[in-house]
Amino acid sequence: MSVGYTREMTHHRFWFWLVCAVAAIVLLPITNLIFSWGNFQTDVWLHLIETQLGQLLSNTFWLVLGVSIGVTVLGVGLAWLTAMCEFPGQKWLDWALMLPFAVPAYVMAFVFLGIFEFSGPIQTQLRVWFGPGNYFPAIRSTGGVITVLSLVFYPYVYMLARSAFISQGRGLMDAARILGLSPWQAFFKVTLPMARPAIAAGLALALMETLADFGAVATFNYDTFTTAIYKAWYGFFNLQAAAQLATLLLLFVGLAVFIEKNARGKARYNQNSQHLFHRYELTGVLGIAASGFACLVVLIAFVMPVTQLIIWVIKTGLVDFDQRFLSLVGHSLSLGAVAAITTVVIALLLAIAQKQPNQRWLPKVINISTLGYALPGSVLAVGIMMGFSWLDNTIFTWWFNWLGEEPRQVLLGSLFALIVAYGIRFLAVAFGPVDSSLHNIKPSITEAARSLGANSQRIIFQVYLPMMAPGVLTGALLVFVDVLKEMPATLLMRPFGWDTLAVRVYEMTSEGEWARAALPALTLVIVGLLPVILLMRRSNKL
Amino acid sequence: MLKSLKHSCLAVTAVISAFTSIYTAAEEKLVVYTARKEHLVKPLFDLYTKQTGVQIDYITDSAGPLITRLQAEGKNTPADLLITVDAGNLWQAQDKGVLQPIKSETLEKNIPVHLRDSNSHWFGLSVRARTMVYATDRVKPGDLSTYANLADKQWDGRLCLRTSKKVYNQSLVATMIERMGTEKTEEIVKGWVNNLAAPVFSNDTMAMEAVAAGQCDVTVVNTYYYGRLLKEKPDTKLKLFWANQKTTGTHVNVSGAGVTKYAKHKATAVKFLEWLSTPTAQKIFADSNMEYPANSTVKPAKLVASWGEFKADQLNVEIAGRKQAEAIKLMDRAGYK
Repeated sequence: MSVGYTREMTHHRFWFWLVCAVAAIVLLPITNLIFSWGNFQTDVWLHLIETQLGQLLSNTFWLVLGVSIGVTVLGVGLAWLTAMCEFPGQKWLDWALMLPFAVPAYVMAFVFLGIFEFSGPIQTQLRVWFGPGNYFPAIRSTGGVITVLSLVFYPYVYMLARSAFISQGRGLMDAARILGLSPWQAFFKVTLPMARPAIAAGLALALMETLADFGAVATFNYDTFTTAIYKAWYGFFNLQAAAQLATLLLLFVGLAVFIEKNARGKARYNQNSQHLFHRYELTGVLGIAASGFACLVVLIAFVMPVTQLIIWVIKTGLVDFDQRFLSLVGHSLSLGAVAAITTVVIALLLAIAQKQPNQRWLPKVINISTLGYALPGSVLAVGIMMGFSWLDNTIFTWWFNWLGEEPRQVLLGSLFALIVAYGIRFLAVAFGPVDSSLHNIKPSITEAARSLGANSQRIIFQVYLPMMAPGVLTGALLVFVDVLKEMPATLLMRPFGWDTLAVRVYEMTSEGEWARAALPALTLVIVGLLPVILLMRRSNKL
Repeated sequence: MLKSLKHSCLAVTAVISAFTSIYTAAEEKLVVYTARKEHLVKPLFDLYTKQTGVQIDYITDSAGPLITRLQAEGKNTPADLLITVDAGNLWQAQDKGVLQPIKSETLEKNIPVHLRDSNSHWFGLSVRARTMVYATDRVKPGDLSTYANLADKQWDGRLCLRTSKKVYNQSLVATMIERMGTEKTEEIVKGWVNNLAAPVFSNDTMAMEAVAAGQCDVTVVNTYYYGRLLKEKPDTKLKLFWANQKTTGTHVNVSGAGVTKYAKHKATAVKFLEWLSTPTAQKIFADSNMEYPANSTVKPAKLVASWGEFKADQLNVEIAGRKQAEAIKLMDRAGYK
């Protein structure tokens, strides 16, 4: 027995060190930010408090509230329809609803403004018909920003909720109905609470994206915490103040995550995987309404922006479509793939570490290490960059001196550093789905396996992994698409010559050359879509 | 023993190097960090490589991150040259100590005094004016005069502006502070805000589109944005108006470059910078973005010249950087978002 006991002990230690190592790397940039408080920027803070802080806080608050409601209603509602119901077009709407995920928020924002602004085609036409005047509520407003971000970020909730509903099956719902609940009651009392971890994970991702978003809010010129961070950095050239603002933002996110986790409490969720169940058939008016609603979302969130991009591409012709353009695609794809695999493997290890017995503090460490996702990309990128250049300037300089060589940079500007940066940035994205699929594994399964004499390794490989495959795939896919869209870290840390599609989009959009940005942006969407479609079709077969 | 250890370490380092951006210190090579966009600088890089054989590696990003990166890299930086838009950004780079002063007769001869740093840390290479664009069917050119005049009652509900977050507007207001003092400028900026017909826009192009659509009658933009609009819609009803012609002259800004403090190829970098100030390069540099050459012996492109001659403000452009923080604070106080 004692042998087994010590083996268990070494196991514990292994997981302990593993999580510590990952957390250390992830927390490096965040620590960097926290250290910024050592040099309090009184001047900038006083100015902010006097002028904008109140507005920033209220803007950020309304945005978070609005997007929460928007993505939950869209994500959960649509997921329920496509996972549990039968209605005209359900088969293809099922995966078509994932398409908006490949549209970057900054592209959506710009297209939206281009179409609905006072000077846009719709209002111009209205003025032609009905005479001069303003026929729309102001598009560049809180409502406008909430609409755009909800349309772009609902797929997070949709994707996770959908797989939760599918694996739940109908059994429980039917049982609840037999016990006398109405369909709505059954949905709100049984189905929804069961899917809550998945929905919460999706919502958390959507909200982190919202808080970190710069592209869309900047296009709308809607002041949030993010825009204040950029202003401190690009305007006052005060990185310290920017970092201090960023840690404050992080604090809010941490608080939100903490509240959610506590609200979830000690509930355990188990589910029966029944993949063969009869969907609810929606016929007649209901069927058409369901179809119409889903089609409308796909239309506005995907068809509209893509059509606009296509129009622009046609307008500019294929000027930029050359040999170099293909290399951009290659760079984007390879970075996305490598980063997706790396990040998911790390997320998996962390998730499994969490399942080990007697690891009460682990979830807390892991939670902290996924917070980086809520930071504006640039800020995190700078934190990471500083971490790497510090290593370069200390350890490697010493190393080269010892070797008797000229010191030079090894990490910063290396592919390795860029992949690590992606890993740090998108750990949360991979961890959410992986972790929520792990929640689906009943404790009793683990106990049964243990009582049958399986050791930890066998449990991992023969029990956990097969059950987690859908979550792992989802995580990998989300990271892949996110890396394709990622801009600031790529810009700041890419090796010479490693331009990507997102870099090209930046080059054009930052100068307002939207038509020329269309080709790389459209390519980005298409390349990001392929895996989305593949995965959705696959998950239907699972 | 130790020797073989060192050898194996060298081998390991070499393997790591395969994954990294390590440089063999080739003599004829340059590394550039540029905030001026790739399609505006690459033709010049290619031409220079063709003429001299110097290979040029570059990274593009915004000025803020590039300057921060140079600071973080310190002595180990691979960068030799920083190219960026806006004098404010150039001044900040010098203020953060990432540039070094350059003694060069060629540059001093080719680039006018008010378009370069007084301590020669950076040099303007192209000039853009920031001035009014108005709707010809609703505004008489006689109604327009100065930037300050846009705060006047007659423009109530007729003015559109780009956000104060853009450095170009910060530079404009910084110059106004220098010319008229803080109080007067703040009053003017408040007047602008009161006259706005729509919330401020995130870029110059959108502001011009709003004027074209009739949402407002006048806005303030960089000349090359107007140039792009003309190329796209040659029949547009919008026209440029040269501001402050009877007073201090139209506000101008530059894009420019400086040699980094720890440049590994300083001599090559200086040579390249000098070449950029010569007529051949100046022509390409300015024309690629419909700007004015900084070198006064070079003529602007035909389309640019067709907007007419104008009196430019002779104030040294470094003011834009020196007063940038002050300008931002002033605009915040005035409620200019």
